[in-house]
Amino acid sequence: MAITEENPGYKWVGTRPIRPDGLEKVTGKARFGADLALPGMLHGKVVRSPHAHAEIVSIDTSAAEAMPGVKAVITGADFPDLAANGAHAGDIDVATNTIARDKVLYEGHVVAAVAAITREQAEAAAKAVEITYEVLPHVLTVDEAMADGAPLLHDGMITKGVDPAPEDPSNIASKILHERGDLDQGFGEADSVVEREFTTKPVHQGYIEPHAAVADANSDGRANLWCSSQGHFQMRAYTATVLGVSPGNIKVTAAEIGGGFGGKTVIYLEPLAVRLSQRAGRPVKLVMDRDEVFRATGPTSGTRIKVKMGATKDGKMTAAEVWMAYEAGAYAGSPVGAAGMTAIACYDIPNFVVEGYDVVCNKPRVAAYRAPGAPMAAFAVESVVDELARNLEIDPIDIRLANAAVEGTQASYGPKFPRIGFVETLEAIKDHPNYSEELGPNQGRGVSAGFWFNAGMMSSATVHINENGTATVVTGSPDIGGSRQSMALMAAEELGIPYESIKPVVADTETVGFNDVTGGSRVTLATGAAVVDACRLVVEDLRSRAAKTWDVELDQVEWVEGQAQHIDGAQPPLSLGDLAKKSGRTGGPISANASLNSRGVGAGFSTQLCDVEVDPETGVTRVIRYLTAQDAGRAISPDYVEGQMQGGVVQGIGWALNEEYIHDTDGVMENPSFLDYRIPVASDLPMIDCSIVEVPNPAHPYGVRGVGEVGIVPPMAAVGNAINDAVDVRMTELPMSPIKVLEAITDQSD
Amino acid sequence: MARVHFSAGLRELTGGQAEVDVEGSTVRRIVAELDEMFPGIGERLSEASSVAIDGEIFTDAELEPVEENAEVHFLDIFQGG
Repeated sequence: MAITEENPGYKWVGTRPIRPDGLEKVTGKARFGADLALPGMLHGKVVRSPHAHAEIVSIDTSAAEAMPGVKAVITGADFPDLAANGAHAGDIDVATNTIARDKVLYEGHVVAAVAAITREQAEAAAKAVEITYEVLPHVLTVDEAMADGAPLLHDGMITKGVDPAPEDPSNIASKILHERGDLDQGFGEADSVVEREFTTKPVHQGYIEPHAAVADANSDGRANLWCSSQGHFQMRAYTATVLGVSPGNIKVTAAEIGGGFGGKTVIYLEPLAVRLSQRAGRPVKLVMDRDEVFRATGPTSGTRIKVKMGATKDGKMTAAEVWMAYEAGAYAGSPVGAAGMTAIACYDIPNFVVEGYDVVCNKPRVAAYRAPGAPMAAFAVESVVDELARNLEIDPIDIRLANAAVEGTQASYGPKFPRIGFVETLEAIKDHPNYSEELGPNQGRGVSAGFWFNAGMMSSATVHINENGTATVVTGSPDIGGSRQSMALMAAEELGIPYESIKPVVADTETVGFNDVTGGSRVTLATGAAVVDACRLVVEDLRSRAAKTWDVELDQVEWVEGQAQHIDGAQPPLSLGDLAKKSGRTGGPISANASLNSRGVGAGFSTQLCDVEVDPETGVTRVIRYLTAQDAGRAISPDYVEGQMQGGVVQGIGWALNEEYIHDTDGVMENPSFLDYRIPVASDLPMIDCSIVEVPNPAHPYGVRGVGEVGIVPPMAAVGNAINDAVDVRMTELPMSPIKVLEAITDQSD
Repeated sequence: MARVHFSAGLRELTGGQAEVDVEGSTVRRIVAELDEMFPGIGERLSEASSVAIDGEIFTDAELEPVEENAEVHFLDIFQGG
């Protein structure tokens, strides 16, 4: 670990204890979304469109309803028409993505759902729902969708962000633009200019656990919902909106989650399960197959990106021009906004134009995926930076150091950076032995860097002191990456009691205050700050109780290592256990709540170093060494920080070399399984070496920045730059599969 | 007065102005003031923006205090994963 600023010598923060959820997970006791079974529970099955784009002419559910065991069949007509009710466009999109009304917009779009006594009966009934479609022409890529005369997904879509507003609708939902300085002047000052065009395919988050939901509706209009999600408060809000009910009528309990990576911040099954349960009068479980996960849940965007950058012979970047089009899938909302803000954010470039387009097409609606939008832009920009360095014969770390954003740099997206640790991540890579490791034949080395904002948002926490002096820490942030351990470590540090004396709990929507989703790398920062605040309230309360017990002023009591101490040693210390045991005499139970809208988000940077070996006869690329350096601010739980860093890299390597959505000419996905959509497995990879850089975020009590996302930003360019170093071909399309690499090698030698 | 900076995408609503000095002790008051100056910009800013105040990014920042001489940037909305 690279400690770049002094560690204040915490007792618990920064240690590597056993994870609190470990035992239940390895013994199979942890309950995931599909594990719940309720008395009388029915099994549901969703009916999905086989067409990429079609009008729904009619739906006949009568045959399905008459089948054995069937208790309910629902269609879009069973839900409120939010458009007719004047709802916000975003809510209408959520509702019609959950279940189509007049038109299906992608293969896999939900049209109906059934509930029956057994899963087999439900599957048979789903096949018996008769739907008549009028198939429409479709568009699958940004090129097809942006072409003149392209079939339109939404008749009323007028491009936002263009002045004057276009008169005619198109598939371009919006345009974003950032610019500074004088582009012509900047390129005129450059000694080397590189211009390239890149394409990337949609890729899925690839979480191992498919979506699952169990709903139990009561006759009074209330419902209980259990689901696998990154934010059960958000599931509650979305589900209530789609059903047209008050959020207070729905209680949501977060199941254990088998991966999310952004893809479980949105709803799919939840309103369907509730409505089926209401219609059937019994609990209903819905679980997706892997096939459904691929066909109907959010991948991230496929893109086309053009980058032109210039630099002087001493490596100073003088200008950058970036054009990008991002697939949104069926509804507006690709992450092109974030892509535009992150594309060149690592660097201080005086002249630039970054232009982006959010484009709808007949594929599943995209969902968030670690640092949404940033990885594709970084693939393009960091590949061009590598080429500039080669042209100018400058070390790839040195060219980045010469232009690196530092505290006070005016970020390309507007504000000035506060204290950040980008330079420290570059230096950590350069100082590591991997950087000078000798390479063999057909081996190459690539460097790449990435930026992500991280997020704050709203969190709540409650801390209860139990009668024996242990503590329960309650939050509403589903634990997708080790947050329970981080909460427990910070609480142990604050309360001064052992980590093992603290039980971290994720509570349902009626038991703890509101929490935004577990996303944006925000939980250790924001929910952690709420936990710290609640612990400090508890400590204040404990000091007060000790003062009362000793009949002294409050300022004569300090809290040291889990016990109240008189500042002059005039009284024997009172431990947390002592005070808890006698809490009835000093005011009652010891407990505190804290809620906040987090301030002081600390930006994240990652620099990565990849060594590959390319087989020039087959085009197969093997990653042989990989090093990632990331500024965590403060690694509360280094094990989990490294896990996040390694996870982001592994997903990025899959994105770089293997993963892609493949559709046939009818817009039907051809590889909706892990057999044909191949994510990396352990045997494909070397150990991912981690260098945790700690440049503390001054706005957080422990210096936390957030670590879950930025690690996936650099890998694609790191791999591509390494391939270029190995076999001297510049790869501009993802995935860099063997056939493409071989083709590039062959083209070069022709 | 706070200095408000507009991204190139927002400048279509400000007649091309890149920055403007605005009175206002909260983000809400600044947005209201801007809407007076550039009719229609208030809805756009309220709907689809995060706000950076002196480099610190906020969501739901309507009532966030803005100090005298603060630097304010309205940013495109983005989602984390």
